[in-house]
Amino acid sequence: MPEVKSESLQETSTNNEDVIVSYKDVKKSFGDVHVLKGINLDIKPAEKVALIGPSGSGKTTIIRMLMTLEEPSAGEIIVDGKNLWHMEKNGKKVPANEKHLREVRGDIGMVFQHFNLFPHMTILENCMTAPIHVQKEDKESARKRSIEMLEKVGLGDKLENYPSQLSGGQKQRVAMARALVMRPKVMLFDEVTSALDPELVGEVLEVIRDLAEEGEMAMILVTHEMDFALDVADRVIFLDEGVIAEEGTPSEVLEHSDNERLQQFLHRFRSSN
Amino acid sequence: MSKWQWDTFFDAFPMVVQGLGITISLTFACYLCALIVGFVWTFIRRMKFKPLRWILLWIMEFIRSTPPLVQLFFLYFGLPMVPVIGVALDPFTCAILGLGVHYSTYIGEVYRSGIDSVDKGQWEASQALNFSTGKKWTKIILPQAIPPTIPMLGNYLIIMFKEVPLASTVGVVGILQLANNYGAQHFRYLEPLTIVAILFLVLSYPSAILIKKLEVKMNRRFDKKAVLKESKGAVS
Repeated sequence: MPEVKSESLQETSTNNEDVIVSYKDVKKSFGDVHVLKGINLDIKPAEKVALIGPSGSGKTTIIRMLMTLEEPSAGEIIVDGKNLWHMEKNGKKVPANEKHLREVRGDIGMVFQHFNLFPHMTILENCMTAPIHVQKEDKESARKRSIEMLEKVGLGDKLENYPSQLSGGQKQRVAMARALVMRPKVMLFDEVTSALDPELVGEVLEVIRDLAEEGEMAMILVTHEMDFALDVADRVIFLDEGVIAEEGTPSEVLEHSDNERLQQFLHRFRSSN
Repeated sequence: MSKWQWDTFFDAFPMVVQGLGITISLTFACYLCALIVGFVWTFIRRMKFKPLRWILLWIMEFIRSTPPLVQLFFLYFGLPMVPVIGVALDPFTCAILGLGVHYSTYIGEVYRSGIDSVDKGQWEASQALNFSTGKKWTKIILPQAIPPTIPMLGNYLIIMFKEVPLASTVGVVGILQLANNYGAQHFRYLEPLTIVAILFLVLSYPSAILIKKLEVKMNRRFDKKAVLKESKGAVS
């Protein structure tokens, strides 16, 4: 018996070797509203995926379920070979408890539309708090890494400032540094430029572009910046009415697709910009 | 009726002031009780088990809509006659329980408003950073939830101070009871009761001003902290 078990475990791990996140027929409804109607999606380590689509198409819900901020109504999400929302107990599959969720979501980081910085901490403390209190890193090394990360996003001179003293673009860069010091394998970006003044969008996109070029981390971006998606993403996914309506390389999706809904969406989008 | 007599005033003063210790210590004891029980209410209200929450809401509503005086009388005179669980409480304990539990329902609301004032995004961010439930509360939520409640909690301390004379009805000898005693002995109530009023005024008014100041300070706490840190940085 034990032999069989270990064999089957091995099999799943080799199966998932080139997949870091896998959605298997994931559905989500809020009351009577079916936001996602069966999503199947595999994301490779280091892959950069852009999710586009009209508002209400479920793009944000997809990444919020991966961050465990929203529970799927059906289906499975596998992160690095581990089932996110279910665990095994006495040989049965049961809903995950907090301990299991914490174990699995440690690999995932997220940047929010509204930054969600901690207002009672300096920006350095914002970055240091999770490594110290969650990963139990010692204070000095957490401090050192946080400073490095803040320097990398161009905020090395603001360490002792509070979030209320920063511009929107600076806040969003702090939020990225804060997520990055946790060394996630998958980073989620939830419309990170939507709440910014137009002149501040560039500085944030630039940081994301640098991250994308560095490579190692998988990134899922929910975005309205089509040119940016075209530039950075390895794959673009067009969501419409809760299903993946089109996917492919950026140029396939954004320039050469004949999907009617996608054309409508892009047309509306380009004429409004 | 006779006129105001200063010698009665000075005669009564030392006697009435003797009760100040009792009045103040009872205030703090009731307040502490309210702070703790209020925390228990808030904690139970956040539990996922719904029936318990409903029962609790009903109990809180019941406590809040009954006058504290009635509750005091019930605890002091009624409770000893209840079969099985009936116990006779001494006046001080009775006042702490009666007033403390009554005000705990308001204090619980204050806690709740403080917790609700923390933006939903703060919970999501701490979850995204994988904080444990305990650390989420101690490092992220409470440091933001508590400061805005401090002025309200301070107000309740003053209100509590002014409600404590109710305890004289169950025999706690504070300043009001002593003034009353003095009046009964000397057939003069005007001066001792004036002393009581002055003592309350002298203690509550400055506290109210202090709390007002605290409120202003809390409203700009993040800017202030930032300015402080900056100036410290400039010095060092």
